[in-house]
Parts: sequence; C-alpha cells; structure tokens
Amino acid sequence: MKAPRFAYARPASVAETLALLDRHKDDARVLAGGQSLVPMLNFRVAAPRVLVDINRIAALSGIRVTKTHVRIGALTRHVELERSPDVAKHLPLVAAAMPHIAHPAIRNRGTFGGSCALADPAAELPACALALEATFVIAGKKGERRVAAEDFFKGLYATALKPGELLVAAEFPLPKPGSKSAFGELARRQGDYAMVGIAAHRSTKLRAAFFGVGDRPEVIEADTVEGVLSKVETLAPRADLHASAAMKLHLAKVLAGRVLKELA
Amino acid sequence: MNAPVETVEIELTVNGERVKRSVPARMSLADFLRTELELTGTHLGCEHGVCGACTVRVDGEIVRGCLMFAVQADGCKVDTVEGLSESREIEELQSAFVLTNALQCGFCTPGILIAAQSLLRDIPNPSREQIREYLSGNYCRCTGYQAIVDAIEAVAKARAGRAR
Repeated sequence: MKAPRFAYARPASVAETLALLDRHKDDARVLAGGQSLVPMLNFRVAAPRVLVDINRIAALSGIRVTKTHVRIGALTRHVELERSPDVAKHLPLVAAAMPHIAHPAIRNRGTFGGSCALADPAAELPACALALEATFVIAGKKGERRVAAEDFFKGLYATALKPGELLVAAEFPLPKPGSKSAFGELARRQGDYAMVGIAAHRSTKLRAAFFGVGDRPEVIEADTVEGVLSKVETLAPRADLHASAAMKLHLAKVLAGRVLKELA
Repeated sequence: MNAPVETVEIELTVNGERVKRSVPARMSLADFLRTELELTGTHLGCEHGVCGACTVRVDGEIVRGCLMFAVQADGCKVDTVEGLSESREIEELQSAFVLTNALQCGFCTPGILIAAQSLLRDIPNPSREQIREYLSGNYCRCTGYQAIVDAIEAVAKARAGRAR
C-alpha cells in the first residue's frame, strides 16, 4: 500500500528537531533512512501525523576516531560503515556485520542510528553495540545524556529513548590491542533478517551477543569459548514464521560453535 | 522547512532534466516518477522494499523508489531506466539480457538492470557468487536467475577484456 497522510518537516539542526518533537509529542516520528519506517507506514502499522526528516542534518553523519573511541553519527549510512577504513581498522566486528544487512540499495539509505533506535531483535548493529560495549549519545530538551548499550536496548522494538529525545551518535571504545572479534548469522536468503546471529568480541573477557533469539540481543559473557558455549542452552528463543523455538536453539548452538572457533 | 506541511514544492533533476512540482508529502519517489512524470519504467511490486522492482538512482547510488518520498529527493539528481537507456549507459546490459533470454515478463528487469550497472561499477569483475549476492535484493519470478547472472557475467567479461 501507500503511506497514510502525514505532514512533513525537514529541520536543519538537532535543536530544530528537538523543538519539533517537543511541539508534536506522540504525533511525531523521526524519519532517518526510512528503510524500516516507510514499510511500516505503507503497511499502516505506523501512522504518525508528523514526520520529522533528519536526513539533511549534516552534524548527525560521519565516523570520527578519537584517542579513546570511534564515534558513529546516528545518520551514518550502512554503506559508509561498509566502506570506512576506520571501521575496518578499529571495529572489524561492525565491518564483518555489514554485508549481512539487507541489500546494497537498502544499505545506501539505511542508517546506523535508525537501526539502533528501532531495535529490531534480529538486527545486526544492536548486537555489535552490545558486544563492543558502545555508549549511545542521546539529545533531549535538557541537553545530552549517555546510555550504555546494555541499558539502551530494553526489549522488542523498545529502547531507553524517551519521548522528545533524539539518538545522535554511538561511541565505541577503541578495542584493546590483541582483542579479536567474530561475526556470523544464519538467514534463509542473503540479506534477510537473521534466524540466529552472533556478534562476538574477545578482550579481557569474551562477550557474545546472540540476536534473533529473543526480544533483544542476549549477551553471554565468559572467560573462554567453552564457557560461552556451555551457556547457550540458557537462551530462550521464541518460535517465529521460519523456525520453532527448538530449531532456533539448535541453530544458535551450531552457529556459536562455528563462529567462536575463530576466537579460541 | 520547519513547520510541518502536507504538500511540498520540490525541484529536482530527473534523467538530466530539471523538473518542478508540488507533491503530497506522502507520495513515494516511485509514484512521483510514474504518475507525475509518466516514467513508468520504474515498477512497483511489493511497496515495502523487498522486491527491488522500483530501484532507481539518486545522486548516483541505487535506492528503493518505494522507500523514499518524492519530497526527500528535492534538490537531487535522479536517474531511471528511461534515462539510462537513452544515454546508452546500460545498452550492453540490455543487449546481453536479450541475447541470454534473461527476462520473460520483464517486470523486474528495469530494477535489475540498474542494480547490475551499479554492481559493475563497484565490483568490475564479479564472480557469479558476487553477482547473486549483489542482486539478492531484486526478485525475478520468471527466469530462475541463471540467465540473468549469465548476462551480467558476459558484460563484466567483455568490459574487462576491453580494459586490458
């Protein structure tokens, strides 16, 4: 179908965006890459009165490396992450996840922040943010606040973002020298949402974020690969259109065995 | 453009031509091209970003015409299958598609041609696996893809041969 009627605003700054969100409250929705929101509009699952298009706010885009972290602007497109030498060098986990996200035409529009703010339980980037212990930067009327990935993803399509707030960036700590990461997912077709996926990072400890197996990515932390593998059984995936709960758990175990081998 | 409005004046370049229109904010780029400009080569299949029939180029990059509103293309350069045919940019691909029978009903073909042209720009000499992967976002319900991959591979090889 086509999107329902809405009024469109295209603010030029974060301040203008916050003012619009404050003015229109629950009637407003932020439009970033639109690769999930527009299908939701077309399906009439969402019908906001006002769409606040943040696509022209340059300050929200880009990847910056500092002494302590890599900062990814919320409006950074998937394709920019895919092609960024800084991401390849400092965040190889994110680089490895990119080819699994949808298709080239979608990656040209879809944004990092959009994916995190939507919090689809089968999405790749929230799992990467959890595995790498990123911190989200959120702008609101009273200024900026920071929320650890662990506290950001609350559940099914639910995050710590409050009404009137805007996700502006995420900060990924620079990985310690010698740390390693591995990524893998199982999907029915290239580019589909994962049936089961794993974003894993080994620094002082091994953190494996399993996605597609619950309302939000589940982190299993342990000292060793065996330690993580022994806890996969604690995941409680729910059945969906493509697989029963038992099949998902089986796939999680198989995939964990394959992916974590790289970190042994 | 700060106060929310339901109708927006936009100006953009489509296939090299400057156009100016007043459009409802809810109108997709694909619908704008088809109904306002009568460029019906851009097809609408699923209208939720899965099938790829509405693939067009915005500022040189392929996008889903159904997942972008026309108002968002304000000030942009849009290329459709009509423009790429006229400029002969995709001529080789079109000939190869005919030669290998890479289409039957043709509904998906405009989107596939535009995606394929983008693929050959990004990966000049792709493997069959890479072609399949790149085109995984473009559905064809007639051919079974084999002939489509053949056609794109043939063009890639011909271009690589000339570059040598």
